[in-house]
Amino acid sequence: MAATEKEILEGLAEIVNEIAGIPTEDVQLDKSFTDDLDVDSLSMVEVVVAAEERFDVKIPDEDVKGLKTVGDAADYILKHQA
Amino acid sequence: MNPTNRTVVVTGIGATTPLGGDSATTWEGLLAGRSGVKPLEGERFAELPVRIAAPVAVDPADVLPRPLLRKLDRSAQLALIAAREAWADAGFTAKAGEDTSVSPERLGTVVASGIGGVTTLLDQYDVLREKGARRVSPHTVPMLMPNSPSANVGLEVNAQAGVHTPVSACASGAEAIGYAYEMIRSGRADVVVAGGTEAAIHPLPVAAFASMMAMSKNNDEPTTASRPYDKARDGFVLGEGAGIVILESAEHAARRGARVYCEVLGQGLSADSHHIAQPEPTGRGIAAALQNLLDTTDLKPAEVVHLNAHATSTPQGDAAEIKALRKVLGDDLDHVAVSATKSMTGHLLGGAGGIETVATVLALHHRTAPPTINVDDLDEDIDADIVRDEPRALPEGSIAAINNSFGFGGHNVVLALRTV
Repeated sequence: MAATEKEILEGLAEIVNEIAGIPTEDVQLDKSFTDDLDVDSLSMVEVVVAAEERFDVKIPDEDVKGLKTVGDAADYILKHQA
Repeated sequence: MNPTNRTVVVTGIGATTPLGGDSATTWEGLLAGRSGVKPLEGERFAELPVRIAAPVAVDPADVLPRPLLRKLDRSAQLALIAAREAWADAGFTAKAGEDTSVSPERLGTVVASGIGGVTTLLDQYDVLREKGARRVSPHTVPMLMPNSPSANVGLEVNAQAGVHTPVSACASGAEAIGYAYEMIRSGRADVVVAGGTEAAIHPLPVAAFASMMAMSKNNDEPTTASRPYDKARDGFVLGEGAGIVILESAEHAARRGARVYCEVLGQGLSADSHHIAQPEPTGRGIAAALQNLLDTTDLKPAEVVHLNAHATSTPQGDAAEIKALRKVLGDDLDHVAVSATKSMTGHLLGGAGGIETVATVLALHHRTAPPTINVDDLDEDIDADIVRDEPRALPEGSIAAINNSFGFGGHNVVLALRTV
């Protein structure tokens, strides 16, 4: 069953917490991965791979550049999840 | 001010070793004659011919935050822990620039490892085979590159004068400190964070060293397996950890009112050009390094009262080192209290020169030579005054000490320190 936007946000928050150590409550839709959440370009790859597994979605490398905020990622997952 | 031939001093020390998570507990362990060698538990070690090693006493996972652990190889984790201690010990309160007593453009790091991120490389190969290419960590390359510990310490302290990594197997840590000395002496930097680190306790390196017949197979008695100078010595015991010193120009240290542990007199260097892994049996290359030290510094054999020997507990290497010392120092070797601290810490490979320089700094500072343990039956080939079982007081007045490190490949590095 496809995840809701709320479930996706919760999932992304847990992933960002695991990778960057940011408290889950600080991971909100309007937050930028690089500017707000201490996720650099290398760690972003980790976030993407973890999100792909968790939400059963494929995020090609060329699409990763467009995922600036947590909201961008949540929208992408919502539209593309199997 | 003449920018060259400046006096170099030690103003900070840090360590995480098989005996303790910092330099103070490591020193206590050394004085107590405690062995850090333990059995290697777990199925992945069960079939190996060598099943003992000296892991760090405090796991980095207990000290560093999880996001950092994911991005740093264990060798860099250990270097960072030791560097943070040394940085604070030198009296710096923040990274260079924020702490205005040191300028980033005048700060360097030289932190070496003998093998680099070997556990990262091997673990990520397991990931590739078991889970596929997509799952290989994007941090793999910056984790496994041998300059990673130096680069990460450089980022931590904001070093911009230069970040370097000399690699010479088990001499790497000492070579790093020698390089740092030259950076300051020649005027390139005022402060350098220098030392060595290693984290290679993994079945492959253990099996590989065991295949060379280089390691002790005394699996049943871990704490007595590392026994430099004893007749029954049968190879080294692999250890892990890091030792870091803060080197500083004497003027810079005086200007900011820093506590000075001792002076670094310089280094002696040579290469055996004999065999890729066997020690040269007469000690010719080691003697050349010692002679180079005497020729290029104002160290006098008469003032040397302590030696932290390379002494890894191999039958050939321990004897060749003592032969070389006798050849160069002559009767002056008789007043040198020789300590083989690898009897307690095991052999940290590229980390050895780091932690043994920290031990030598503390030996001068406390005027106490740590003991060599497990010398139950002294080899008659060892014609030197070995400090056995109990620490020994060193003389009052101005005294000097030497720290020896040698590596596969025939690298010989000797460092000299003197009280101030």
